[in-house]
Amino acid sequence: MSLILAYYNYWIVVLLMMAGFYIVIASSNLVKKIVGLNIFQTSVFIFYISMGKVEGGTAPIIMDGDVIYSNPLPHVLILTAIVVGVATTALGLALVVRIKRAYNTVEEDEIDERDELT
Amino acid sequence: MMEHLAVIQVLLPLLAAPLCLILGRSFGCWLLATLVSWLSFIVSLFLLAQVNETGLISYAVGGWEPPWGIEIRVDKVSAFVLLIVTGISSVVLPYAKQSVTYEIETSLQPLFYTAHLLCLTGLIGIVITGDAFNLFVFLEISSLSTYTLVSLSSDRRSLTAAYRYLVMGTIGATFILIGVGMLYMKTGTLNMLDLSERIPGLGDSRTIKTALAFIIVGVSLKLALFPLHLWMPNAYAYAPSAVSAFLAATATKVAVYVLLRFIFSVFGSAFVFEHMGMGFILLILAVIAVFAGSISAAFQKNIKKLLAYSSVAQIGYIMIGISFATTLGLSASIMHLFNHALMKGALFMALGAVFLRMGSVHIDAFRGLGRQMPFTMAAFTIGGLSLIGVPLTVGFISKWYLVSAALNNDNWLVAGLILVGSLLAVIYIWRVVEVAYFQKAVGDRQVKEAPMSLLVPMWVLVIANVYFGIDTTFTVGNATEAAQWLMQQNHKLPATEVVGVRP
Repeated sequence: MSLILAYYNYWIVVLLMMAGFYIVIASSNLVKKIVGLNIFQTSVFIFYISMGKVEGGTAPIIMDGDVIYSNPLPHVLILTAIVVGVATTALGLALVVRIKRAYNTVEEDEIDERDELT
Repeated sequence: MMEHLAVIQVLLPLLAAPLCLILGRSFGCWLLATLVSWLSFIVSLFLLAQVNETGLISYAVGGWEPPWGIEIRVDKVSAFVLLIVTGISSVVLPYAKQSVTYEIETSLQPLFYTAHLLCLTGLIGIVITGDAFNLFVFLEISSLSTYTLVSLSSDRRSLTAAYRYLVMGTIGATFILIGVGMLYMKTGTLNMLDLSERIPGLGDSRTIKTALAFIIVGVSLKLALFPLHLWMPNAYAYAPSAVSAFLAATATKVAVYVLLRFIFSVFGSAFVFEHMGMGFILLILAVIAVFAGSISAAFQKNIKKLLAYSSVAQIGYIMIGISFATTLGLSASIMHLFNHALMKGALFMALGAVFLRMGSVHIDAFRGLGRQMPFTMAAFTIGGLSLIGVPLTVGFISKWYLVSAALNNDNWLVAGLILVGSLLAVIYIWRVVEVAYFQKAVGDRQVKEAPMSLLVPMWVLVIANVYFGIDTTFTVGNATEAAQWLMQQNHKLPATEVVGVRP
């Protein structure tokens, strides 16, 4: 029980990661796949943010006296990764828009059917 | 100027990419992209010369010393891979002019050159960075532009191919991100040199093992190691020809470089191969890749897809060399990185020329082309012979070293399997050659030879295929030195030998 409580944020990470991954694999709708991919990436953001937390630490702003600070570096890193994630989502959705125009559907099995016909 | 060369290498294409977009005219963009690409090639030659002299270039970006700032680190391996990437880009861009005009809509052409430059930036960045997180960022720059490049083709199937590539590629990159995060958790650093010093001290940490697993799987997705290769055949087959030629010759090579970096420079080969036993797993997958790739290639009707499956097999050969974890095996792999870039570049360029004239790369389109497009088909045949590994071509050199590495390990079975794999390459190359030279063209179809702007870059690569197959001092020398460098556990040189600015 204590294992679950002490690391509850990491359990959330694992849960989100698997949920996102499952959506990517199981869903045949291209938009839903992108959403799954997003959830998958978000879990990694939470993973990075959790590891920057130092027990009893505060925000890393210089103050008088002995203060324990949280590690700001993972947070900064994940800002970059969030930008990358947004770019990936935008590109993925743009591709879906063009696929919709070319095939008139966003369902994977229907696209495969139409490709076989030609 | 000279001490800033390492960072100029990344900055050149990065700054040129938005300029291209602003220019907005396809001819201007092409000129700019080609010039920038040639400049980076020259810079990479200088870097290789500098590295051969001093052994290592370390450069602190923005004057922030590592480990606080990002370090650019050019050693023998990265200098060699840089040369491959910039060299292929310099040959592909002159070729791209006419091929792109034919295959991509006019309004999208400036985007092609912008995406190409961004992709080049990403690939160069991956190779020269000394920071694990920075590597991820450059990896995503190159990947995102690659998805765009693939989707630019007028064939609508390129859209779904790009979409699938995006999903698989993002999963791979995210896996690498998780792995890097775990390493940071345990070591508190992202600098690769610091990582390599701290990881051995952590001993049997389960986090480090998990990090290794995530990174290996993530990179294997990027380099299309069997069974994670499913994105590759469609992406290469439906992308514009110039894109296929560039990607097949560079993108997977850089992914292999990332794997080498992580295995040998970050985790250390002792940990990966002796402690974790990865060598055997990689060897099995690589051998299956050789056979699965070659056999699938033999059944393809779309010749571009055939070459893509053959790339799966060639990646297998490269991985076989790495899995031996010996200097000999490693130098064979690094040599094959170079040689495979030459042959696949030439082959895909020949297909681009066929597509330009015939509008198709289906096997039926090749009937009688041996007479009608003699130079293109001769280039294809020589490239194919090189792929098989016939003496006097580069393919023979890499196969020779690979087989001797296998024998050196007393692994007769693998040596035999490599030879059988080469026979399979004979089958799929022969199918095309037979149709082109021994079958008559349908009806009285008139086909002209491809224009000079396509033939010249293609033949540059073909001649390189033959030249480096005869005079091997450059490739063998550099690959062996790179392999020895990687096998050394200790990468630290005495402070006096490190060049570069540390203001």
